[in-house]
Amino acid sequence: METIPATGLLGASWLLIALPLAGAAVLLLGGRRTDRWGHLLATGTVTAAFVIGLLCTFQLGGLDEPSASVDLFTFIQTGNLDVEAGLLFDPLSAVFVLLITGVGALIHVYSIGYMAHDPGRRRFFAYLNLFVAAMLLLVLGNSYVALYVGWEGVGLASYLLIAFWYTRPAAATAAKKAFIMNRVGDVGLALAIFIMFAQLGTTSYAGVFGEVGLLAGGTVTALGLLLLLGACGKSGQFPLQAWLPDAMEGPTPVSALIHAATMVTAGVYLIARSAPVFDETPTARTVVLVVGAVTLMIGAIVGCAYDDIKKVLAYSTVSQIGYMFLAVGLGPVGYAAGIAHLLAHGFFKAGLFLGAGSVMHAMHDQVDMRRYGGLAKKLPVTFATFGLGYLALIGFPFLSGYWTKDAIIEAAFDRGGTSGWLLGGVAVLGAGLTAFYMTRLVLMTFFGRARWEDGVHPHESPPVMTAPMVVLAIGSVAAGFLIVEAFPLTEWLEPVFGEPEEAAHVVAPLTVSIGLTVVMLLGVAAAWLFVGRREVPTTAPARVSPVVVAARRALYADTVNESLFMRPGMWLTRALVWLDNRGVDGVVNGTAAALGGSSSRLGRAQTGFVRSYALGMLGGAVLIAGALLAVTTA
Amino acid sequence: MNISNYLVLAAILFTIGAVGVLVRRNAIVVFMCVELMLNSVNLTLVTFARTTGTVDGQVIAFFVMVVAAAEVVVGLAIIMGVYRTRRSASVDDVNLLKY
Repeated sequence: METIPATGLLGASWLLIALPLAGAAVLLLGGRRTDRWGHLLATGTVTAAFVIGLLCTFQLGGLDEPSASVDLFTFIQTGNLDVEAGLLFDPLSAVFVLLITGVGALIHVYSIGYMAHDPGRRRFFAYLNLFVAAMLLLVLGNSYVALYVGWEGVGLASYLLIAFWYTRPAAATAAKKAFIMNRVGDVGLALAIFIMFAQLGTTSYAGVFGEVGLLAGGTVTALGLLLLLGACGKSGQFPLQAWLPDAMEGPTPVSALIHAATMVTAGVYLIARSAPVFDETPTARTVVLVVGAVTLMIGAIVGCAYDDIKKVLAYSTVSQIGYMFLAVGLGPVGYAAGIAHLLAHGFFKAGLFLGAGSVMHAMHDQVDMRRYGGLAKKLPVTFATFGLGYLALIGFPFLSGYWTKDAIIEAAFDRGGTSGWLLGGVAVLGAGLTAFYMTRLVLMTFFGRARWEDGVHPHESPPVMTAPMVVLAIGSVAAGFLIVEAFPLTEWLEPVFGEPEEAAHVVAPLTVSIGLTVVMLLGVAAAWLFVGRREVPTTAPARVSPVVVAARRALYADTVNESLFMRPGMWLTRALVWLDNRGVDGVVNGTAAALGGSSSRLGRAQTGFVRSYALGMLGGAVLIAGALLAVTTA
Repeated sequence: MNISNYLVLAAILFTIGAVGVLVRRNAIVVFMCVELMLNSVNLTLVTFARTTGTVDGQVIAFFVMVVAAAEVVVGLAIIMGVYRTRRSASVDDVNLLKY
């Protein structure tokens, strides 16, 4: 695919990043003066970015070669490394730009209502804008270095947003945890970029993809695995998934933005963007597959056990991103399917998070689903939009999730052989579990007897909050059909990923669809049996099976991290501190003390008695004379 | 002439002088003992000068005498000063310049 210099509006696509960044700058530097209109500015800049993104995408669609580059300036020029800051607007970045700015704008609108009474609202909007700008840089950059700048910007913004209520210890801890676990992944990405520089001397996509085939097999595999490590950190994939649910400590719109539409999808973007690298290394691709499959199961299992509405949604995100990793790990057949699921997921998961925020808004920030119940009548709009998002997520026929998840599972079966059956089986099982825990969530929240605490009077959220939810719900319903059937995303992405291979159809598509629907219905039925049919207790039952205990502890992810990494790390630092205090300081201080002590003792020899000095001199003279004698006679 | 006799005598004189410097308290006596040591050295110098048949040692001996005379002038002045203020000529009484 040829990349042509951008013309017209595409040439101004840097505005996409500049607008939200300027918004963040105005809000952060303007201080209190911007309190009254800051949120409007922030929302305006993101909406404008969406409009520009839309127009750019239309222009891109009209080009013969749908790939436009914008050269901005020389970013780094040192030795034989030359990094030109530039943007690459191609079908893949276009999809992400639309998702980020579109869902981002809706979340901004929602936040106006959700954060209306928060004294730090201006700060919140500044961070949101910063986040959107960083994310856009991430997907628009034309080199790995540009991507890395955006990557770190997203990490910073997520840290600031998760710790937005920084006076809460839980929020501060969660932000630190997210930041540190992200850094672990970022080391992988950074090392991958170093390898590119050392081996290829370039970090631009065009340069790397053009020459990656010339590298030794082991180097490419290392490159792929390091990129995957980076992707795992950002996307909350196994084994770096533990930060994502904790990050729910941030305000709910943040959860919707970070955990549905933008940040966690960055890992999928990275792997999809690096497709030419992964094409060269089947090993790394297999690891991507395994990571995806393992994570989708972990997310689904843990999602079944939590009572915190946002954490269930968070584990659902972990699980769904697992599907996307599974898809992109399948290679050329799966890339478009993974991106399609990502797009559809962006809609319905953002809608679900906003719905959860609306429920919390009504329930005085209560997040325990055991304290909900019977909210369907009190919150009709929330219920309707949430319900549509729910149906889209569990793969109800002809809604978004159905189309996109179906495509992934088909592709998994098409891999053929044992691994194909295994991966397909895991994906189908995951779909069943998804149906189970999401049905459980809906039943506990919207149905059954009201289990509210005294003094809670649920009320529907204001229109500024419900309107974005309605838009997202419409997206949840329609997006899947639109991007899979009506305007196939596969074709749109063809310039990036190449012609898709003819599907093998190991299992007939109709069989997959029907089978998936049956599994989904089984999940719903199981949820009805375990949750809907019975009375939900207001406190979680204490006597449960070991499986439930393990799931409630998030399959011991935190325990493992703590005992494998945190504790040894602390021991190591303590040992080093001890060594520093006793060893290094001891040597230095000991030398000083020895010199000081011996000098004060030697000082005692200065008695002031002339005769003792004379004795000293005599002794010295005798000594020297004796020595001379010994030397001369020897 | 056996030079070792002179040298032995010089060594004995030097030892007497050194012991005197170390054991006597009276500054005057200490001074005289110092003179004794200087003279024993002079004796050695003259002896070696005679042996080698040069005058170098004798010249140096004269220098030593001149320096010793000058030193005695200064030293006696100090002793006088000390005696005036302290009514004592003992070297052990003046140990102010200690640690």
